[in-house]
Parts: sequence; structure tokens; C-alpha cells
Amino acid sequence: MSGNTLLSVEDVTVDLPTPRGNLRAVDRVNLTVGAGQTLGIVGESGCGKTMLSRAILQLLPKKAKLSGRVMFDGQDLFQLPAERLRRLRGRSLAVVFQDPMTSLNPVLTIGTQLIETLQEHLELDDATASRRSVELLTAVGIPAPEQRLGQYPHQLSGGMRQRVAIAIALSCEPKLLIADEPTTALDVTIQAQILDLLAREQRRRHMAMIIITHDLGVVAGRTDDVAVMYAGRVVERAPTPALFKKMRMPYTEALLAALPKLDAAPHTPLPAISGRPPDPTRPLQGCSFSPRCRYAAARCKNEKPALTEAESREHQYACFYPIEVHAEAGA
Amino acid sequence: MMQQAVPPSEPLLAVDDLVVEYPVGQRTVHAVSGVSLQIARGETLGLVGESGCGKSTLGRAVLQLRRPTSGRVLFDGHDLTAMQGDALRMMRRRVQLIFQDPIASLNPRRKIGDIVAEPLVIAGIKDAEKRRELVYEVLSAVGLDPALVVGRLPHEFSGGQCQRICIARALILNPEFIVCDEPVSALDVSIRAQILNLLEEMKGRFGLTLLFIAHDLAVVKAVSDRVAVMYLGRLCEVGPSEQLFARPAHPYTALLIEAIPVPDPDIRPAVSVPVGEPPSPIAPPSGCRFRTRCPRADAQCSKEVPELRAVAPGQFAACHHPLI
Ligand SMILES: Nc1ncnc2c1ncn2[C@@H]1O[C@H](COP(=O)(O)OP(=O)(O)OP(=O)(O)O)[C@@H](O)[C@H]1O
Ligand SMILES: Nc1ncnc2c1ncn2[C@@H]1O[C@H](COP(=O)(O)OP(=O)(O)OP(=O)(O)O)[C@@H](O)[C@H]1O
Ligand code: SF4
Ligand code: SF4
Ligand SMILES: [Mg+2]
Ligand SMILES: [Mg+2]
Repeated sequence: MSGNTLLSVEDVTVDLPTPRGNLRAVDRVNLTVGAGQTLGIVGESGCGKTMLSRAILQLLPKKAKLSGRVMFDGQDLFQLPAERLRRLRGRSLAVVFQDPMTSLNPVLTIGTQLIETLQEHLELDDATASRRSVELLTAVGIPAPEQRLGQYPHQLSGGMRQRVAIAIALSCEPKLLIADEPTTALDVTIQAQILDLLAREQRRRHMAMIIITHDLGVVAGRTDDVAVMYAGRVVERAPTPALFKKMRMPYTEALLAALPKLDAAPHTPLPAISGRPPDPTRPLQGCSFSPRCRYAAARCKNEKPALTEAESREHQYACFYPIEVHAEAGA
Repeated sequence: MMQQAVPPSEPLLAVDDLVVEYPVGQRTVHAVSGVSLQIARGETLGLVGESGCGKSTLGRAVLQLRRPTSGRVLFDGHDLTAMQGDALRMMRRRVQLIFQDPIASLNPRRKIGDIVAEPLVIAGIKDAEKRRELVYEVLSAVGLDPALVVGRLPHEFSGGQCQRICIARALILNPEFIVCDEPVSALDVSIRAQILNLLEEMKGRFGLTLLFIAHDLAVVKAVSDRVAVMYLGRLCEVGPSEQLFARPAHPYTALLIEAIPVPDPDIRPAVSVPVGEPPSPIAPPSGCRFRTRCPRADAQCSKEVPELRAVAPGQFAACHHPLI
């Protein structure tokens, strides 16, 4: 991690009251992202990836209880007045959601949405804003951008819509872009295009980025660091090459093993992770992964392993019996 | 019509020059345009291609859930396209469909036990005790505890469990052939692996033949004996899975393979994936439909429609300038 920290997430916890009791969606998470760096957050559905990103963005459900601290660009986000926060969000802290329709307004044209964002945050005149809009649509690979300005989101394909959402997110030159499963709803080819697009814009703008996904394949070639989440906690965290070279947490290994391998013969059974993550309203006393972990021992059931700095200062994991002999790192 | 794409043994399913069009206003969506393929008994044929290329339309037309505009579908020697009424209903018991969105394909107000038993009711099995017995059997087969699930509603289950329930429902009439339409696309990596394994196990246990639709080649390869690649309503390439991966002949197949994310940080993601999206199936390009995105396209490609031709044993590609 570079010395220049842009975002630091400190002991962030998100609790959600539910009819079944308190649900701890995010459990004492610590993370940092350096200026211009890319962090991948990986984990199964329901492990708290979206809640963590929403905590950073301060876009949590109203009933959510939040604790900890998030420092962004020298400011404590939890202490910021609502108005300052709102301005910050469109401007230096941008987000792209899994479903582009979450961020696009269905009744406004693409042009109106882009121009409004630009004018609100950058105070551009109409002509400049519409010129910038065309440039942005071109940058995200939308053919015939002038014509697109007059179209509505439903007139575009899913891949196009996501490009537009990215164009809007990039419009004010954010310092940090959070992309929450930006390609999960898309095809493999379109997925590759969108990820390449994000990577290119990230480098060009020297923007920091958080990519959230459940697919380790997506983060492998595209991030500087990876944080693996399980049941609301970060359970392994490392520079990307170090993680793939020597993963220590059994959960990380299991996630990687569950991916279909291109070099395996057809009909090779996949080493699936049996069962499901624990019910988040019924936290386990021991390691949350213990019911599914093939290395679990008695201690794992009774005690919760902390995210300790064992492998190196940068490579941390939360496990009593980390993997010693490294298994093949996939394809 | 097309002698190509012949599977290793006697086909259970033969699709012959199938055309499916949707009228939209004054215009026509050319969703499936002259597709021929065969699936041998006991074989899994994978079908891949981008969103909107016509995979679901093809799958539904095979099962006659959408009547094709032209072409034939031979199932065990019977032409389904010529069948009506009771005859078709009898044949339908032998074929089933599993959908992409498991939660949406289950009626939210019905109990799991009733949902799984529904095909039995439709098939006229009146003995309630017999139905219960079959429901319990098939739910256990897909790894669910029947006693725990029959009385509950779909929303009480996760996406992976809902897909197990859908698979149980598809299996209960003991079908011979199942169209699996993106059965794992909505599931995350770990649940996906569980469901893929389950499908493989069920295939062996029930002696199934599968048409497995997906847009992810790595997933398709994991379960398919042969793979068919589709682009904008047409087949680009068909061949044995491993061979197709090792030596793709069609530029579009090569592109799909390149686009698969590889979990290895030393492999920098390919940047050659062309920007741009498939053209509209309302006005598909002349000649080869892939030409607007193909790095090898030339004048011939815009004039002549490439036919499927053998490029290697068992492997066929529709390209004027194949890679092999
Ligand atoms: N509005 C909400 N109210 C109560 N619980 C919620 C709410 N939204 C999410 N949760 C719960 O919080 C936990 C974390 O959810 P989150 O959406 O952060 O997971 P995720 O890792 O983003 O999963 P996915 O990969 O499916 O997007 C889950 O147990 C989820 O059921
Ligand atoms: N009922 C319909 N009426 C008109 N057009 C339709 C209809 N159903 C599908 N289409 C169009 O036909 C084409 C093929 O659609 P189809 O659903 O078969 O694609 P697909 O390959 O299954 O895509 P996906 O991967 O998104 O499921 C698309 O252009 C689609 O918009
Ligand atoms: S602490 Fe124990 S149960 Fe948890 S991951 Fe490590 S070995 Fe497995
Ligand atoms: S026929 Fe021409 S345009 Fe089509 S795939 Fe082959 S080379 Fe490309
Ligand atoms: Mg999420
Ligand atoms: Mg479909």
C-alpha cells in the first residue's frame, strides 16, 4: 500500500434490527485504500460487501446502527453534515451499483442525467456540460454518443446502461469510485469490456477504486489489494499477488477452488463449499467458517480468530490453522 | 438439412433448420435463424452466447413452448412441431425446463410440496399418497430434507435452495431430456458449484440428456460433452468441449474464451475484447452476422452467409476465415 492513504475504514460495524433480532451485517472491519490504488472486496452473497460500501458512502437503511470511523481524504465522513456529504458523494466519492437502474433515473434522458450531474457539481454552462457529456459517453465506449443523449435508459441494453452509469460516476473526476458488482448482471464479454474500461479510466485519472465481487477471477488481474469477507468480517487481506501466491485462510482457498477451471476435463466435480454461511442474526461463538471448514478443529468452535498480522505486515488472515502447503492457484 | 454437428451416437434430439421470429409492430426480431443441431442420448450439449443471441428462444422452441416459425424438432424420432393437443402433452412429460431465476419461477403463494407435486397433478396422477411419496423422494435426491421443506413458502429459501426445488420439480416426472436455461447465472460462486455438481449427479442417476444454456464458457465447459456457440440467432461453432477450448475455429468463440476472468494475477486481462455490442436482431448484418465486431472481417463476410463446415474431427465452424 502506498503511503498516501485516501480512505481508511476503522472498526466499522453495521447492525440492522430485524424481526429475527439484531443482524450484524458488518463486523469491525478495518481497511485502507491508497490514492490511485484498487482494492477488491470478495465474498459470498450476504457476507456484507454492499453494507460495507453503503457504510462508507453513508447510504445505509435508516434503521441501521453504525459505529466506527471512516476517514476519506482527511475528513471524518460520519461527522460530516448531510449537505457536505451529499456534495462529496457526487463529486469525489462516486459509486456504480450492480443494477445500473439503481443509479439511473428511468424518466430522464441520458443527456439530462449527465448534464445535471455535471452542472450540479462543477457549475458548467449548458454548452460545456453537453460537450463534456459527449466526451464522457465516448470515453466509456458508447457509439453515436450525440444521439444517445436524447435516449432513455430503457432504450439501452444492460451493458450500455452500465456504461452510462459509469460515465455519470466518472463525470466529476472522483478520487474514489466504488463499483459494487458492476458486471455481475452482465455477459462475460460485456463484463470484460466494463472491467477493462474501469481499469483504463482508473489509471488515466489516477482514481482509487474499490471493486466488489464474488468472483476471485474478477479481482485477480485488476486490483492491487484484496480483502476477503465472510459473515460480515474481513477474514483475509493481502496485496493481490501475495494472496494468490500464498493464500492462508481456508475460506479464500475454498472460494478459489469452487470456480470452474478451464483446464479441467468436462464432468470433473467441482470442490463446492458445502452448506451456507451462518444466519447473521445468530452469530457463532467460534470461527464463522467453522461449520464448513475442512480444517476446523475444536478450538475453532469456541474461539473467534482475530485478523492478525501473521504472514507479513500487509498480509493478514483470521484463522487458527492457516494453510501451510499452498494448493495450486487455479487455472 | 444440415448433415454437420453429428453427435457420437443416435440422437435423442435433432433440431433441423429451426427459425423463430417475433413480430414487433411492423418489424421482425430474427431471434433464431436456421439452427440445426443434434444431441445424443445421455449427452450434455452446452449452448453459449451473449445476452439476446437467442438461447432461451431456441430452448423454448425445442420444447414447443414457443412454436417455431419453421424447421423441425425431432425428439426420439417424433416431430414435435407437427404435434398437437394430447400427443404433445404426452411428449412434454418426457422433457422439462429449468429456468435462470429460481426464485421468480416459483409461485410465491404455494407451498414447496405443492410446487414440486404440480407436474404430477398436471400429468393426472390422482393418488395423493403416491404423489407425496414421489415428492419426498425427489426432494431428498436434490439434497433437501423433505419433512423440513414441503410446508414452507419459496421466500423462506435462498437462491441456491430455490434452484434445488426447481430441479426437483423438473425431475419428478422422470424426464429424459431437460433444457437448463442458465440454471446457475443468478447464483454466486460457491452455490453455483453446488448446483453444477447436483445437476451432474442427477444426470447420472436419472440417465438424463441435457441442453445446458449459459453465457459463461467456463461453466459450460465444466458440464458439457460438446459445446455450441451462438451469435445473433445463428450457430457459429459446435465441437467437443475440450477441443473447442484448445483450438477455437470461430473468431467469436476465441473472443468468448478470452473474456473469461482467470483467477491468476500474473495473467493480465485481455484488452483485445472489442468495444461494441451485438447489432440488433431486428436488422442483423448481411453475410456473417458477427462481421461488425470481427477482427478478420473482409468483403466476402458481408456478402456471403458462412455455412457450418468441418474444421477438425467433430468440430464445425461457420466462418469464411476460420482460425484453424
Ligand atoms: N435492508 C436490509 N435490512 C435488513 N437486512 C439486510 C438489509 N440489506 C441487507 N441485509 C442483510 O445484511 C447482510 C449483508 O448483506 P449485503 O447486501 O451487504 O451482502 P453482500 O455481500 O453485498 O451480498 P450480495 O453478493 O448478495 O450482494 C445479509 O445478511 C443481508 O440479508
Ligand atoms: N416475446 C418476445 N417478443 C419479441 N422479442 C423477443 C421476445 N422474446 C425474446 N425476444 C428477442 O429475441 C432475441 C433473443 O432473445 P432470447 O431471450 O432468446 O436471448 P437469450 O440468448 O436467451 O438472452 P439472455 O442471455 O439475456 O437470456 C432478443 O433480441 C430478444 O429481445
Ligand atoms: S479458524 Fe478453524 S474453522 Fe476457521 S478457517 Fe481457520 S481452520 Fe477453519
Ligand atoms: S465469416 Fe468473416 S466476419 Fe464472420 S467470423 Fe468469419 S472472418 Fe469474421
Ligand atoms: Mg451486494
Ligand atoms: Mg435467456
